[in-house]
Amino acid sequence: MLTFTIRRLVLSIPTLLIIALVIFLLLQLAPGDPMAQVPLTVPPEVKEKMREALGLGQPLHVQFLKWLVQVFWIEPKVFIDWLTRESWLLGWLPDTALYQGELRVISWQTRSPVMDIVVQRLPQTLWVVGMAYVVGILIAIPIGIYSAYRQYSIFDQAGTFVTMIGFSIPPFFTGPLLIVIFSVQLGWFPFIYDTTHVVNDWDSFVYQLRQMIMPVMVLALQTTAQISRFMRASVLDNLNQDYVRTARAKGLSEAVVVMIHVLRNSMIPVITVIALGVPGIFGGAIITEVVFSVNGIGQLLITALFANDLPMVQTLTFIFAVLIVLFNLIADLLYGVLDPRIRYD
Amino acid sequence: MTDPTPDKITPIAALQDTAPLRPPRSQWRDVWDQLKHHKGAMLGGGFLLFVTLAVLFGELIWQLDPKKLDIRNKDIRPIFSAIWDSAAKVDWAHPLGTDNLGRDHLAQILAGGRASMAVGWAAMLLTMLIGTTIGVLAGFFRRLDGPLMRFTDLVLSLPILPLMLVAVTLFRQPLRANFGPETGMFILIVGVIGVTSWMQTARIVRGDILALKEREFVLAARASGTTARNIIFRHLLPNVLSPIMVSATLGLATAIITESALSFLGVGFPSDFPTWGKMLADAVPRMQEFPERVMLPGIMISVTVLSVNYLGDGLRDALDPRIRGR
Repeated sequence: MLTFTIRRLVLSIPTLLIIALVIFLLLQLAPGDPMAQVPLTVPPEVKEKMREALGLGQPLHVQFLKWLVQVFWIEPKVFIDWLTRESWLLGWLPDTALYQGELRVISWQTRSPVMDIVVQRLPQTLWVVGMAYVVGILIAIPIGIYSAYRQYSIFDQAGTFVTMIGFSIPPFFTGPLLIVIFSVQLGWFPFIYDTTHVVNDWDSFVYQLRQMIMPVMVLALQTTAQISRFMRASVLDNLNQDYVRTARAKGLSEAVVVMIHVLRNSMIPVITVIALGVPGIFGGAIITEVVFSVNGIGQLLITALFANDLPMVQTLTFIFAVLIVLFNLIADLLYGVLDPRIRYD
Repeated sequence: MTDPTPDKITPIAALQDTAPLRPPRSQWRDVWDQLKHHKGAMLGGGFLLFVTLAVLFGELIWQLDPKKLDIRNKDIRPIFSAIWDSAAKVDWAHPLGTDNLGRDHLAQILAGGRASMAVGWAAMLLTMLIGTTIGVLAGFFRRLDGPLMRFTDLVLSLPILPLMLVAVTLFRQPLRANFGPETGMFILIVGVIGVTSWMQTARIVRGDILALKEREFVLAARASGTTARNIIFRHLLPNVLSPIMVSATLGLATAIITESALSFLGVGFPSDFPTWGKMLADAVPRMQEFPERVMLPGIMISVTVLSVNYLGDGLRDALDPRIRGR
């Protein structure tokens, strides 16, 4: 298992490097000009100097290598410094002071380091997306179990229909639909997510809950649709196994048979599916964030794209790619850990 | 001596055939018989056919120009809003109402549907073409298997939606300059969807080809001197047609949703060219006053995709010989 883990970790490094190269080349070959917004009165030689100041004068491989160094060497140094200086976890360690003022990945829009902006935006995305994923899983698993237990019942048919709807209605329609129903007609929830809102007492906590309900519902619908399907199929597979008959023959109650014996076995494939879905939900959250004006990572990517802010776009896309590769690895490892019959030795 | 044998042997009554033998049935006839019993698939297929015909030939019946501005007749509500609001401004000349520039909504839905469905079908065909080619090559030629499947894994770990946004935003100018604003965007969107969604098809096809090429009929074909090309086209491809068809329906659904999502985010077709996603996006700022402008295109996207999904569900059951005939 350990050798498998190490081998997969080592193999994921070239994968990530190739992905970084693909993203970099895609952005470089694209004909967008970051100087397009500069007024025409600026003379060409000044423009040329501005391009050089942005690092555009260098040949392609130099630009790519510098970006790699910034992301893999300088940013981790900044992160370790922050850990030892300010975080409560490792703040008791002496300040490492690894970062000596080298050039970090700078956003062309704000002229501040890209990673700082990402760190600012991350909590909003994590709150909404993470909450939605957890809610979706918590709804999906009981639905999946009950649909399989009462296969072809009315509940199962209804569940199938709801999952079909969850697959078919895109988030950019469910979002406005919920806004029309619950904000405009009923007036229950605010339709813009206020990220400056500070939770410090009960009322503000209730407000935070109310503004989170709609984006979480939109994202959770899709998660529920996918995971309840997998859960149903997996429980159906297990219900016909011999060990279930043995358990029943021993006189165990149905609750024990289903909730302990079957559930534990059928969770094995579902947990890997859950792990595989985590990066996908980050990508899917882009649309939900735009609909509800959550200023998270997805919205950051869209605004950066429209502003032709190449370092920001490249770093963000690369972060998404890292998430995908990481969770693929986690899913593979979980499979081996949860099911000892499957080992990759 | 022996009796002369009778001219014609007549079997005893119990062994006589009472009815003429049924002619042999083809596989596709069986599939159709099974599909007929799947209510969801029939409804879905019927609706898909209806939408396709409506967007193709609808403009012959409803001849208003979707781009024509008619500022005197702006903001007309759909005809059914008169049921609950007698003061609503409705007009039988515009059954689904008009938008804030007086463009007829029904004509726009028809024109928008044509763009969405065209992108969906074209992107699905391109996806199937790429996926099947890579799957067949990887499954049939052992030497190509490793590199092609590593490549597939690599593409699978790319962040698709962000990359699509990047590609569409950055490559829109040159394509527009070369092919005109509408054709350029069509090529770009179809290409981008096709290039980023073939991986599942390739994996399924490769798996099936790997199993099929060890079977005896392929061995027989090889022994009788059939070339690799003929084995693939005559013997292997017809046998992997069913998984390809199932993933084609999934591909059509995804392509329609992806196109609408790109239009919704504002990186799709030019602003005066209606598509369902674009109409939805344009209506969102004023949905407080005119919720139907969000609902109509949204319902069209959702119901179309829902019917495609149900059709795919039915096809999967009908094409699976273990389930068929039950």
